[in-house]
Amino acid sequence: MNNTNIMIVGVGGQGTLLASRILGDAALNTGLDVKVSEVHGMSQRGGSVVTYVKMGKKVHSPVVEKGEADIILCFEKLEALRWIDYAKKDARIIINDQRIDPMPVIIGKARYPDSIIEKIKAEYPNTVDVPALNMARECGSIKAVNVVLVGVMARHSEIPEEVWLNAIEKNVKPQFIELNKKAFNAGYDYAVCLAGK
Amino acid sequence: MFLRGETTMKKLMLGNEAIARGVYEAGATVATAYPGTPSTEITENIAKYDEIYSEWAPNEKVALEVAIGASVAGARAVCAMKHVGLNVAADPLFTASYTGVNGGLVLFVADDPGMHSSQNEQDTRIMARGAKVPVLEPSDSSECKEFAKAAFRISEEFDTPVIVRLTTRVAHSQGIVELSDKEDYRIKPYVKDPVKYVMMPAMARKRHLAVEERMARLREYADNSPINRIEWGDKKIGVITSGISYQYSREAFGDVSYLKLGMVHPLPEKLIREFAGQVETLYVIEELEPFIENQCLKMGLKVIGKELLPVTGEYSAALIREKVLGKSFEKLNNLEDTAPPRPPVLCAGCPHRGTYYVLKKLRLTVTGDIGCYTLGALAPLESLDTCVCMGAGIGMAHGMEKALGKEKSRKTVAVIGDSTFIHSGITGLIDMVYNKGTGTVIILDNSITGMTGHQHHPATGFTIRGEPTKQVDLVKLCQAVGVERVRVCDPFDLEGFEKAVKEEIEADEPSVIIARRSCALLKGVKFGPILSIDSEKCTRCRMCMRLGCPAIVDRSDHIEINPTQCVGCELCARVCRFGAIGKAGDSNE
Repeated sequence: MNNTNIMIVGVGGQGTLLASRILGDAALNTGLDVKVSEVHGMSQRGGSVVTYVKMGKKVHSPVVEKGEADIILCFEKLEALRWIDYAKKDARIIINDQRIDPMPVIIGKARYPDSIIEKIKAEYPNTVDVPALNMARECGSIKAVNVVLVGVMARHSEIPEEVWLNAIEKNVKPQFIELNKKAFNAGYDYAVCLAGK
Repeated sequence: MFLRGETTMKKLMLGNEAIARGVYEAGATVATAYPGTPSTEITENIAKYDEIYSEWAPNEKVALEVAIGASVAGARAVCAMKHVGLNVAADPLFTASYTGVNGGLVLFVADDPGMHSSQNEQDTRIMARGAKVPVLEPSDSSECKEFAKAAFRISEEFDTPVIVRLTTRVAHSQGIVELSDKEDYRIKPYVKDPVKYVMMPAMARKRHLAVEERMARLREYADNSPINRIEWGDKKIGVITSGISYQYSREAFGDVSYLKLGMVHPLPEKLIREFAGQVETLYVIEELEPFIENQCLKMGLKVIGKELLPVTGEYSAALIREKVLGKSFEKLNNLEDTAPPRPPVLCAGCPHRGTYYVLKKLRLTVTGDIGCYTLGALAPLESLDTCVCMGAGIGMAHGMEKALGKEKSRKTVAVIGDSTFIHSGITGLIDMVYNKGTGTVIILDNSITGMTGHQHHPATGFTIRGEPTKQVDLVKLCQAVGVERVRVCDPFDLEGFEKAVKEEIEADEPSVIIARRSCALLKGVKFGPILSIDSEKCTRCRMCMRLGCPAIVDRSDHIEINPTQCVGCELCARVCRFGAIGKAGDSNE
């Protein structure tokens, strides 16, 4: 049961699917068994979305269960809180410091919780927060948020950098490869920087 | 450890993509479908193979009829749909079961336990039992490909359509698939055979006997085929399972004994008895209906299944651990569960938002339908009153009128998407016209099949491969069935649209409003710059909040537009009476 379990959580439309495709392709190159469980259809329309990526000698269920995730890559703060029970105690939690209000908050029927990142950090010491939106904007498009975050995660994986870059090339349209490589490097360098502190 | 640089025939594929690969490798040449989550990507991926003719059909019934025709002609043919699509295709299926096939005929039917994107969670195995056709059930992408190929062989050997049943977690999970070469399947000669293909009573009586004889042979096949296999482990526990439940079971039970069924209808009775005889406690683990379990009970076996596990929702390894093994999850943190829910919403820029804003304002009863626009039922738009199945909205509006009379039902309209209208709305409209109804139907024409991820349909004017083709003219179509009041409106022209709705519900004859505006996610849909709210002009009247736009947020002391969510559609600017919403400065982007 030494699988590596990764979750990518976020809001439909944020590009979690592309991130999971890149991750899946990179994982395939390790020679391990890989499964990736995706969400399509209705939840994709601005709902809470989760993708599971599992790799190991033999992967059975494509789904990560509570308390089993080694890494959770969170595209949005509230989604980090929603899925945090899935983390192992020593899990690496990467949180994009971005807030997207869900409809119940927008219409005043619920409150967006305060200080989510601080609360999670207090429970999970291996938590990092990433200003991925600004980083993506600096790279040329806020749509590259997903690949910035992949870059941060890549730094914390055992998969070599060039495998990730190949996976990006395979999964994005030719005209966006440069932008996405730039975004990946920005995320990767950010993580290196954090590790150096 | 790394396979970098090596050419490998292994690929990570979605279950649906692996099905498409299996269809290709089997040498099939005709594929038809109507899109439906979680089955859509099967046909989208088949369309990438030049060797296979593929199409989007108007609905699943037509799709299956096309596939049956191709099979009778001698080709290997496939048809894909979601579970509820099989209801639409049930009529041809139940009789194609009698005629049997010439070239192999395989249906890929994707169930949706947990209803990620569906209106019910019916179990396709029960439909298949009714139709007397065999069912294969793969448990990962690799099996998706292999079972797709096996299905053709079974179809031809036993002269029967075959269903390959998927569930969401198999269809939408990627796993490693080893690619093989394409089989050299040659189209079989077509031989006229009315006793086999013309199902009039005299012929059908003979064919029903053939079906029963076939089922007996299939039961024998199930007992002997490697598609059903025993994996011996600790014999204290034996688990009979199939599909994704097999994967969950392996994680939850570990090294016990498994009877892993690849064919779930008909069931291998001898194999089940052999397995049951050698284990101490026997569990049946299956999502949805107790299909395998009931068969075991009928055979007089003592099995544990639904007494511990639900017939509703998706299973997981954790659920099996908790319900069967009594091991529940202990929370690893002290965080309170305070995350408010995040239901799906209509996208920023969605044309339906204008429609629902007006319908809510007019306080109409709205019989709805299946698509992105079903999301109009949720707060704050809360406009839909009903959603049953594809095409139901029109018939239901007509039924309400006939129940209540014209005056009491005057404030009722039906809404239906363009693709859904073609699928099965047109027949409802014909009924309304023919039977002297006076209802109002609003066709939400966003020029694409939206919810399933942008598939073309007969009213877009393009084929599955994006080639231009004849385009159904919705205006002329409605006029042709006898609707004299047909008008086209832009749902973002709120005043004009409201006026049109008011006029049409007052009319004492059937009417159709085509609310035409492209899906905001379509390529080529361009809006202006993103917007912001001038807090000095804003009176916090909250008119804009009524739109339920995911980009407009109430920060309690002020209302603001989230620049990462806004697409610049300007609908909010149209409802603002104080001119407080305008183009944001460059600083926001």
